[in-house]
Amino acid sequence: MATPKEMLTTWDKVQFGAVLPAFEDPEHKKRSKFHSYNYSVADWRVEKPVFNRELCIDCDFCWVSCPDSCFIVEEVVNKRGKKQAKIVGINYNLCKGCAVCVEVCPTPIKSLLMFPEYVDNDEALKQWPTKDNK
Amino acid sequence: MKKITNLKEFACTPDRFQGGHRLCPGCAHSMIVREVVNATDDDLVISTATGCLEVCSAIYPYTSWDVSWIHVGFENAAAAISGAEAMYKALSRKDKLYNEDRRVKFVAFGGDGGTYDIGFQSLSGAVERGHDFLYVCLDNENYANTGGQRSSATPIGAHTSTSPRGRVSYGEKQKKKDITMIMAAHGAPYVATAVPSTKHWKDLATKAAKAISTVGPTFINALSPCTTEWKFKPEETTEIADLAVETCVFPLYEIEDGRKLRITYRPKDKLPVEEYLSKQGRFSHLFKPENKWIIEEWQKQVDDYWDYLQRREEAGV
Repeated sequence: MATPKEMLTTWDKVQFGAVLPAFEDPEHKKRSKFHSYNYSVADWRVEKPVFNRELCIDCDFCWVSCPDSCFIVEEVVNKRGKKQAKIVGINYNLCKGCAVCVEVCPTPIKSLLMFPEYVDNDEALKQWPTKDNK
Repeated sequence: MKKITNLKEFACTPDRFQGGHRLCPGCAHSMIVREVVNATDDDLVISTATGCLEVCSAIYPYTSWDVSWIHVGFENAAAAISGAEAMYKALSRKDKLYNEDRRVKFVAFGGDGGTYDIGFQSLSGAVERGHDFLYVCLDNENYANTGGQRSSATPIGAHTSTSPRGRVSYGEKQKKKDITMIMAAHGAPYVATAVPSTKHWKDLATKAAKAISTVGPTFINALSPCTTEWKFKPEETTEIADLAVETCVFPLYEIEDGRKLRITYRPKDKLPVEEYLSKQGRFSHLFKPENKWIIEEWQKQVDDYWDYLQRREEAGV
């Protein structure tokens, strides 16, 4: 099996049927350097979504409609003893700033809002609209 | 078959199609792919026809797939997956111990070019031979990867780079081909349509789970709004997919054994097609006074088709 490093030569030395291993260690889900999970598309966006944990109701609409799977999910057990997903944050390496998550957020005051890339996340949380001033 | 009850539980599934791919921001392809591959816990083998998904998810030397994935030509995604399935069957027959405790499912993804036009012969052949696989068509109604040429999925009046609007032309002149009914006519055990809208996530996920667990060739036609070629803002992707269902431009239904048609979602108030058309830049020229007749034609086609579906569901044939 040829690895990409051996293949990265000139066009006439590229081998047929090479395999890109996605995992270094499939048992423990350790992703290899060839996995695009370890690649950054952060420079694509001019605005970033900021996540407000206090307003979130864990409906997971953003998780299901995010095209880049950038919502970090934690598995917790709820009061009835069933497992449920809790959104804990955004992987800014993978986010392209499409704002689909902000569009689908159902809370009265959105728990996800777009801010310019240069605004710090803590600063953005302070500027969050309140009930009187949506 | 994986039980899909609510989104909170479904979101605990570890993603098998990861980010970092280079699809456009707001592209519906990855929403559909994520839901389909998360709809089962079995091992998957995936083949993808050339198109946006293949080009963007496997830019050398990166891969976005956590499952076995093979890239083949434009025309033979279905042929490759049927070959893989036949190989798996043959090996398990020869050697009883081969992958004994594992159930492997086969899925092929193709764009509308790779399904409606170029890959149609291999898809038709694979369904006719009765291999056990799911084929998902990501229908964005043009060849978006190569610059938005028309395909046989492009609806009437749409502006594409090979059917441009202007003084003489009003855009695409042919009707959209009805691929779902063609696949149902092959006698496939399960055929369905789906959209990547947030409101209908369960519809897509259950259809995918059902199709994957069904033995035999199955087909899902999923509408995939394309921000670049349909010309709308990235955040409106789910909204446009939703409008396509609410206006009955893309009705959600499933057909079992090529006969039993069931409409899975009925809009409460059917919206006029203008709502759907006015959101997209590719149809903006239809709102000029001289092109009004195309919108009327659109409405007539949509009403006729919706009427046909309802009658067919009632008749149960």
